[in-house]
Amino acid sequence: MLIPHPLLGLRDSSEFTYLGDAALLDRPDGMAEGAAARFHDYVHLRDNPAGIHRELWFHEQGDRSWLVVTRNTVTHEILGAELAREARLKGGAA
Amino acid sequence: MRFSGFRVFTEALRGHKGWQPLWRNPEPQPAYDYVIVGGGGHGLATAYYLATTFRQARIAVLEKGWLGSGNIGRNTTIIRSNYLLPGNQPFYEFSMKLWEGLEQELNFNAMVSQRGILNLFHTDAQRDAYRRRGNAMLLSGADAELLDSAQVRAMYPFLNFDNARFPIKGGLLQRRAGTARHDGVAWGYARGADMAGVDLIQNCEVTGFRIENGRVRGVETSRGHIGAGKVGVAVAGSSGRVMAMAGMRLPIESHVLQAFVTEGLKPVIDGVITFGAGHFYVSQSDKGGLVFGGDIDGYNSYAQRGNMAVIEDVAQGGMALMPMIGRARLLRVWGGIMDMSMDGSPIIDRTPIEGLYLNAGWCYGGFKATPASGHAFAHLLATDTPHDTARAYRLDRFARGRPIDEKGMGAQPNLH
Repeated sequence: MLIPHPLLGLRDSSEFTYLGDAALLDRPDGMAEGAAARFHDYVHLRDNPAGIHRELWFHEQGDRSWLVVTRNTVTHEILGAELAREARLKGGAA
Repeated sequence: MRFSGFRVFTEALRGHKGWQPLWRNPEPQPAYDYVIVGGGGHGLATAYYLATTFRQARIAVLEKGWLGSGNIGRNTTIIRSNYLLPGNQPFYEFSMKLWEGLEQELNFNAMVSQRGILNLFHTDAQRDAYRRRGNAMLLSGADAELLDSAQVRAMYPFLNFDNARFPIKGGLLQRRAGTARHDGVAWGYARGADMAGVDLIQNCEVTGFRIENGRVRGVETSRGHIGAGKVGVAVAGSSGRVMAMAGMRLPIESHVLQAFVTEGLKPVIDGVITFGAGHFYVSQSDKGGLVFGGDIDGYNSYAQRGNMAVIEDVAQGGMALMPMIGRARLLRVWGGIMDMSMDGSPIIDRTPIEGLYLNAGWCYGGFKATPASGHAFAHLLATDTPHDTARAYRLDRFARGRPIDEKGMGAQPNLH
């Protein structure tokens, strides 16, 4: 798989380390009501879709940036990639 | 129709015209007492033990493709009980004991071959860890032997003992472990379940659950509604998709694991060898092919095929362990979808929906568990209490702080 890095162009996926669903960017508020239950869901439960999946890849063998990659889990087709920082600023992490 | 040497002999004299199909191909009934979703190894084993051991009832297995078309036909056929943790090891040893009597019980040749599994170690610390694991195995009633380098050399003289990074210092051997004919296991259980009256319904995809007042009443399928008293889901890599239809999110990610087989070679490896440090393990099939594999690809996937990076990684592991493998030509590479759980251990439990039960999270270790998984799931379905060896496999164990994390990796499924 080739990942279209927004700064570096097409990079081989083997340069990256995979973390998981980009919903992990939306960390719950630890001080809020019911935080323990929310953290359980945040840490352990996944949508695990068959199809379009937004997910976090770390360019460990490269510029060490975190990317949000949009990928089809059924075909492995990669539909896009953006810097996780920018995805987070847009508020559309999940 | 019973199988025996005499039967094979007489059929040979009659031109093999007397063999019958191994199971019926029934139309679905309007309702069953138990509906098992998933006609793979675990689903078929569940139906078999439910029908023969626990309860005579109306039972159906629903399979979206053909029987045994998923991971039971895609694995590397290894059976073993060499786990460490108390929540796991008694369960896998129970499974090992069921394997030992399986063919007699099913009257079906599953080619169970107790050829031994050897886990190699390379450092003093790893030796200590394997000694501890071996003791845990002995405590559960399993067998374990710690071998030194010379003993390993006597078994497998062709291994690369003097690799600079991973010199082979010895290994943990379980002689009762081995391999089984993976498809034969599915066929044997399917035949056994069918003979006990279970309806095995193929090409019948579950498209939804009928749930009323928090209780499951049946399933919607591509062949119409089927009513059910209890529904057990055993669909491995598709667990997330199926349980989403019941409104549940699971502590599971689906990942792809690749496996490999070479062209047929003369006998060279009579057991199973694992090289954990190099992410490689290998055995030789009865046809002569070297069957080997390594790690999962590491990203969410439903594709049943992987990518080149992991193929290279596995090949490098093989070359590091036994350089002669470089002369073998690869015949096939394939992938299966693993239901990777958050602690690397399975789930056999009730769900918050009354009458709906889940058997999932087997990661890449489901094949060896097939008999015990079926037995324990049938026990749960029939009695509403967990089997003695499967008490730790609860769905809510993460919320209670009771994960069973053999590798100590935490809630990161692609590292288990």
